[in-house]
Amino acid sequence: MKLLRDTSLIFQRQAQLLLRNPVWILVGVFQPVMYLLLFAPLLKPALQVNSNAEAYEIFVPGLLVLLAIFGGLFQGFGLIAELRAGVIERSRVTPVSRLALLLGRSLRDVVSLIAQAVIITLLALLFDLRVFIGDLLLAYLMLALISLMTSALSYGIALVVKSEDALAPLMNTVAQPVLLLSGILLPLTFAPGWLQGIADWNPFSWAVDGTRALFRGDLGSPEVWQGLLIMALLAAAAVAWAAREFARSVR
Amino acid sequence: MGWVNRATATYAARMIETRGLRKSFKSRQGREKKTIEAVRGVDLDVAEGEIFGFLGPNGAGKTTTLRMLATLIEPDGGTATIAGADLRSDPGEVRRRIGYVAQGGSTWDESTAREELVLQARLYGASKSSALARAAEVLDAFQLAEYADRKCKTYSGGQRRRVDIALGIIHAPRVVFLDEPTTGLDPQSRAHMWDEVRRLRAEGMTVFITTHYLDEADALCDRISIMDNGEIVASGTPAELKREISGDVVRVGLLPDHVAAAAQALNSYKIETYDDNVRLAVEDGAVAIPQILRALDAADVPLGTIELHRPTLDDVFLTKTGRSLRES
Repeated sequence: MKLLRDTSLIFQRQAQLLLRNPVWILVGVFQPVMYLLLFAPLLKPALQVNSNAEAYEIFVPGLLVLLAIFGGLFQGFGLIAELRAGVIERSRVTPVSRLALLLGRSLRDVVSLIAQAVIITLLALLFDLRVFIGDLLLAYLMLALISLMTSALSYGIALVVKSEDALAPLMNTVAQPVLLLSGILLPLTFAPGWLQGIADWNPFSWAVDGTRALFRGDLGSPEVWQGLLIMALLAAAAVAWAAREFARSVR
Repeated sequence: MGWVNRATATYAARMIETRGLRKSFKSRQGREKKTIEAVRGVDLDVAEGEIFGFLGPNGAGKTTTLRMLATLIEPDGGTATIAGADLRSDPGEVRRRIGYVAQGGSTWDESTAREELVLQARLYGASKSSALARAAEVLDAFQLAEYADRKCKTYSGGQRRRVDIALGIIHAPRVVFLDEPTTGLDPQSRAHMWDEVRRLRAEGMTVFITTHYLDEADALCDRISIMDNGEIVASGTPAELKREISGDVVRVGLLPDHVAAAAQALNSYKIETYDDNVRLAVEDGAVAIPQILRALDAADVPLGTIELHRPTLDDVFLTKTGRSLRES
């Protein structure tokens, strides 16, 4: 299995470089923890729920999806640095699988996201969040799919635009409406009808709903399989496209 | 080492053979779409074991040609066979048989040379243990063992360039492409690099090297092709090419602002001007110099310097293209 072997080689290298610089853990966890500590206390009255635990059930899954989207979308910057250093070109003259060049990197992003998610979940447990382990693992699968999709998308776009100056505004432009229309910070149950109508077309809104259902312990809810299916399909499409960009001739 | 290609040597007299290789790029200038023909029908023949020089000014299409041969960009037309593999129909096999060292470097600041080499060997299919052994061997050969476990960002320019080349030949390819390997190096590192290139050839590799340094092509390469404006304008050994220019070259150095007047005075000769110089191709320097001096004197052009020399590769380029390589 050449693809498997190549993917694991690329993954190992990327993971090794990431671990060598563990500041990312601090940065990656600090911000969500601030949200947990400083933003969440507003939620109980705002969401008109009875307990903190209930507020966290709504807020934590949204926060995790947010991390998965943003964490993924900004991975392209690292790739542009690699392009500039000639590392990608050096890989492309070897017989290495082009799909592996993408998957090795994206899987590293998925693993680091899941690590972040575990830390945040553990902290939220301290705040009386309760969730079944099976549901939690499915929620992590959802996060993994989101992160796989957004990081592949970001790598593909990075290969097309080849410059940080173009990538930054592009990613912000994509991320902002996605964020607002997904009901990440507050559920869209409070939104007026037209807004909900638009949000239905935002795939991440389905992902958030599915993740929330899992955190509620509502495994049977159709939101769960719908969210997982949509994310899986989009992740597959993003991976296929980005891998083609890795294979494509660049000047 | 089963993963290297040394053993597969079906003897190919031609290590690289291209016919009519073409590539154009589309570019946009404002609203205007332009097609730039970067490479317009290149024929190359490189024999096994040669150090082959690919010479030309910046923008001549050297790097584009090289990147096509290295499978990084797809040709628009033409054929190429490299180390016995067909570039168009089997780029994967070409990749296994060639090494490519890009001009801009290829190392990651935060990795060490050993890590980079081991990964590169493994991308070519080496097992972990044979990759480690091969990396150690190459580090020794390139005198990098001492720094092997330091991060690449701590290396000097010359060391870094040696790591780049070590990465390019880690799998012992049949032919290695070096894109301007000495650009930006100090004279000592450059001389060192020439030795490395000769050593690669001594190990049995064919070396294809691009450069815009004439002295480098002259001193290092067995044969050269000169490229200009997307086309090969001359091919041969440096000595053959220089012999094609019969006679001598006279260079007249002028004081500032006198080039036009001098060119006017000397217009009966085959001349070329650059900076404050006029260069003349003459049949016999000893006869021509007094005539040149008289012509300049008659036109009241003050003389800075005058020098007579045997043709260089730059003169070859000048004859073929009507321009000096130095100024372009």
